[in-house]
Amino acid sequence: MSGVRLLVGTRKGAFIITSDGSRKKWDVAGPHFAGWEIYHLKGTPADPDRIYASQSSGWFGQVLQRSNDGGKTWETAGNQFIYEGTPGTHVWYDGSPHPWEFKRVWHLEPSPRDPDTVYAGVEDAALFESKDAGQTWAELPGLRNYPTASTWAPGAGGLCLHTILMDPTNHDRMYIAISAAGVFRSDDGGKTWQQRNFGLRSDHIPDPDAESGHCVHRIAMHPSRPNVLFMQKHWDVMRTDDCADSWREISGNLPTDFGFVIDVNANEPDTVYVIPITSDSHHFVPDGKLRVYRSKTGGDDWEALTKGLPQKDCYVNVLRDAMDVDSMDPSGIYFGTSGGQVYASPDGGDSWTAIVRDLPAVLSVEVQTLA
Amino acid sequence: MPRNLQILAGVGRVVELEVSGPATQRSVLDALEASHPALLGTMRDAVTKKRRPMVRFFACEEDLSDEPLDAPLPDEVASGKEPLLIIGAIAGGRR
Repeated sequence: MSGVRLLVGTRKGAFIITSDGSRKKWDVAGPHFAGWEIYHLKGTPADPDRIYASQSSGWFGQVLQRSNDGGKTWETAGNQFIYEGTPGTHVWYDGSPHPWEFKRVWHLEPSPRDPDTVYAGVEDAALFESKDAGQTWAELPGLRNYPTASTWAPGAGGLCLHTILMDPTNHDRMYIAISAAGVFRSDDGGKTWQQRNFGLRSDHIPDPDAESGHCVHRIAMHPSRPNVLFMQKHWDVMRTDDCADSWREISGNLPTDFGFVIDVNANEPDTVYVIPITSDSHHFVPDGKLRVYRSKTGGDDWEALTKGLPQKDCYVNVLRDAMDVDSMDPSGIYFGTSGGQVYASPDGGDSWTAIVRDLPAVLSVEVQTLA
Repeated sequence: MPRNLQILAGVGRVVELEVSGPATQRSVLDALEASHPALLGTMRDAVTKKRRPMVRFFACEEDLSDEPLDAPLPDEVASGKEPLLIIGAIAGGRR
């Protein structure tokens, strides 16, 4: 029987939430790795029962976990993320040069084809690859050696590589995003990179349309149309139709265009979801109302989705990796909040239910659609 | 051992180790990581062997955290009479 499995990372452990295809009753398992920050978990498309988890702690550093049975049992994998060569410097918060230092894995992206290949986006920003199911890691140093790298500066959350998108139709093409450097594209499997920020405008940097320095929060792709990407930037929701060669703003009628998440309906490539957040100084939703905004036109024209979501006295945030979609029909949409709620919509966003309310603050939500 | 590391390594509060040669911070941690590889990198950097800032080592009512890695541990630790305490520093919390 078909079903879905949510992989939820929180400030104090991981939770695995499952349901059958009706997506009405949910079973919550966890916490796994109780007490540790779980920035991200993700299953392997080529072997869905293989799941990777990034486990970290300010005391004890980075641990990487792997499950081969859908999250029932776990084993530690390799946690040595060593920059290639002598790391240079990037710009620190005070403007001074700061040596590249590994802090944690923000995002894990298993290969869509090979169950043993997985990529890791880390802080300080770099991309690592494992070809042995996470036992050993090697940096793809072309990114960190990009000519502008010495000018990259951290966002409030650190200089993090937080998004990795693989083009399903072109095995050599991948995109990554870094806060606060911007979007990069590789057309040779990650060996070399091109900065792809034309059209972005950020008023908080000295040159608002500079090639580098944009605080991109998240990018999303529909697998059937990989030339089109959607972006939630620090401020502004953006879209490209030419593989990130150029971007245009699609914020339209959103109440605020600050936010973190952005995702695309699995069955409708022009149906896009964002959760507007008041501002960068108010990391909570506007007016005490938790509203998902949906565009069915690929941007510009947005509708508020509120049924089942709190519409008073709500002041939560939703972080960049904390939304995902399943590939059932209709597509299910899921997100987790800083207040520990995980919401699900089995009908593409029309109605919502809190499937769990009192987890630790949610850092990431990934969903697996199981055959 | 701190609770989080106990869970990670699948051990209890106390781990008994056979150490070949002189008992030092380095030799004890080498033996601990060799017997429990999940701990690699969690107490000290796996490459530089530098102690993580918020991990400390106590023994015999002394803070040995900043002692040289190859300095002999107290005889009571080497003989197994007293433990080497691995401590996750008490460091407040998020408000």
